[in-house]
Amino acid sequence: MMEHVATNETILVVGGGISGMTAALEAAETGKNVVLVEKNPALGGRTSQLYRYFPKLCHPVCGLEINLRRLKNNPRVRVLTLAEVTGIEGSTGNYTVSVKVKPRYVNENCTACGDCGRAVETLVDDPFNYNLGQHKAAYLPNAMAYPQRYVLDPAIIGSADADRAKAACKYGAIDLDMKEETIQVKAGAVVWATGWQPYDAAKIQPYGYGRFKNVITSVEFERLADIHGPTGGKILRPSDGKEAKNIAFIQCAGSRDENHLRHCSRICCMASLKQTHYVREAYPQDGKSTIYYIDIRAIDRFEDFYQKVQADPSVTFIKSKVAKITEDEHGNPVCWGVNTEGYKRYTTPHDLVVLAVGMEPSVKGINIPGHIVADSSGFIEADPANGAVFGAGCASNALDVNRAVQSATAAALRAIQVVNKVAKAEA
Amino acid sequence: MSANTAMAEKYRNNFLKEIEEQVEMGDWVKMCMQCGVCSGSCPTNFQSAWEHPPQELFMMIRAGRREEVLTTTSMWNCTSCYNCIVRCPRKLPITHIMHGIAEYAHRLGKAPKMQPTRFFSGLFWKNATRTGRVNELKLSMGLYFKDGFVQGIKNGMAMQSVALGLMKAKRLSPFELFGGHKCKDQKGIQAMLKKAYDIERSRKAARMAG
Repeated sequence: MMEHVATNETILVVGGGISGMTAALEAAETGKNVVLVEKNPALGGRTSQLYRYFPKLCHPVCGLEINLRRLKNNPRVRVLTLAEVTGIEGSTGNYTVSVKVKPRYVNENCTACGDCGRAVETLVDDPFNYNLGQHKAAYLPNAMAYPQRYVLDPAIIGSADADRAKAACKYGAIDLDMKEETIQVKAGAVVWATGWQPYDAAKIQPYGYGRFKNVITSVEFERLADIHGPTGGKILRPSDGKEAKNIAFIQCAGSRDENHLRHCSRICCMASLKQTHYVREAYPQDGKSTIYYIDIRAIDRFEDFYQKVQADPSVTFIKSKVAKITEDEHGNPVCWGVNTEGYKRYTTPHDLVVLAVGMEPSVKGINIPGHIVADSSGFIEADPANGAVFGAGCASNALDVNRAVQSATAAALRAIQVVNKVAKAEA
Repeated sequence: MSANTAMAEKYRNNFLKEIEEQVEMGDWVKMCMQCGVCSGSCPTNFQSAWEHPPQELFMMIRAGRREEVLTTTSMWNCTSCYNCIVRCPRKLPITHIMHGIAEYAHRLGKAPKMQPTRFFSGLFWKNATRTGRVNELKLSMGLYFKDGFVQGIKNGMAMQSVALGLMKAKRLSPFELFGGHKCKDQKGIQAMLKKAYDIERSRKAARMAG
């Protein structure tokens, strides 16, 4: 992989989520050479951590499978996992990018048989499940992981566990001597598709995330509903494992708030509307969802999805931004506020509160090497000053999967135009 | 005036503009997005006297319900706890707007006369500006006798132990009832207040003009 010769006709894609994969594939399928850099040990990003998509409620594995298949069949895309860009030098058509590659401690011989995972005893937090559960320190990042290769957590390197893993491997795939290295990659254009992170809900102090166990975020709720999640797909509340049947969804948790995120994150309303389906599916008899909202922003053709949820008798809509959450003696989170339709005060206990947290661009606060123009929320702007560094997907705006893919295709087109010019100049 | 313009006149909302011009921080009213987090956070909203929570008041202003807004007791109930300002997602200075609307209603003479906060504010201002010092005994007596002589005696009796305790601790002197302590430069105080009034008046006139 390292011996791949990148030239200034190569396109570098940073981030291997749905946007990065799309941009890489679109460019590669027009005949360009692409290097795809992913920070995590597997591709797929936040999309792979969803249980279902809106509006069709299909599983993300479907869309990911198609993309992974395209990827496997395309020799023009080189994938670097556990890799982060640390510096960009140069200008349009002629960049030199430094990429720091962390050791996986597992080489290409791995068949994902799982013997090392069974041999290792240490448990570490599982970031794929937003640390709601733990997994072995020798692990496959997720069921659909690409590359299908195990990873050793650096925490066990040098311990007896690492030796046990090595001894258990029949294929000689474990290499404990791997070292972190920094490589230089030439590129004509860069697509920056580093996506988003859920806003840190603990910063919304009155909601008590982090203080109350039964206040969780919408991304964590996705993992609870997923069969590969920490509860095996059962919607159980974290404090006592009780079935959570009466669930509150709080919209704009961090978004549209000058104290937190200025922008509307666009996906959260649809995500909560979608998640009411999970509740009804899990508890068809007595599942109950309550959505606290300022206004529901089901953009363009999603309006009919909203109307269907409105017609569902198990879902209640309360037009109010919840002022604060407390906890009663049974561990139930209690929502306090005023319903602005009629100005009635409420104090309502629920089994579980799901904060529909906003999208924070991953690039915010991180110094993207080189000069990048971002808007007041930290999303990358389309600006000539950025040269041939193009934002794609949620690095450029708060987008759902569908729109992220469109944005990635657009970024790929821009990058292709740059390397085409380079090719013409060199011919 | 044609029937159409007469109808249009009926729905013309000059009240929001009036609030923006006349009320301190009034130009923020249009920024409210009606999320309700201010009233949800308001400690006084537990009481029935809070007729209209802040975001309802803002909506009423935008709907042009002038009489109802200016004569309500709602904004007078604000305790300045600042919970709403801290939590407002649009960063509206809600506490200041509440006081601004209250002050404007008072200025127009539309505020409810016997609303305790308004009554006390007036009492305090007169008390403090007369000598440049607050005469606490006269101030509290004034408030006790707000609703008549009999109620005043009752209020005084109810607070008797507090008053005796304060006297014991030398925090309250009964002789304050006869004159009491004063500022040295009484004329200076009055001159200063007059100048402040003049500045305020000229500012408001300037805002009205343009």
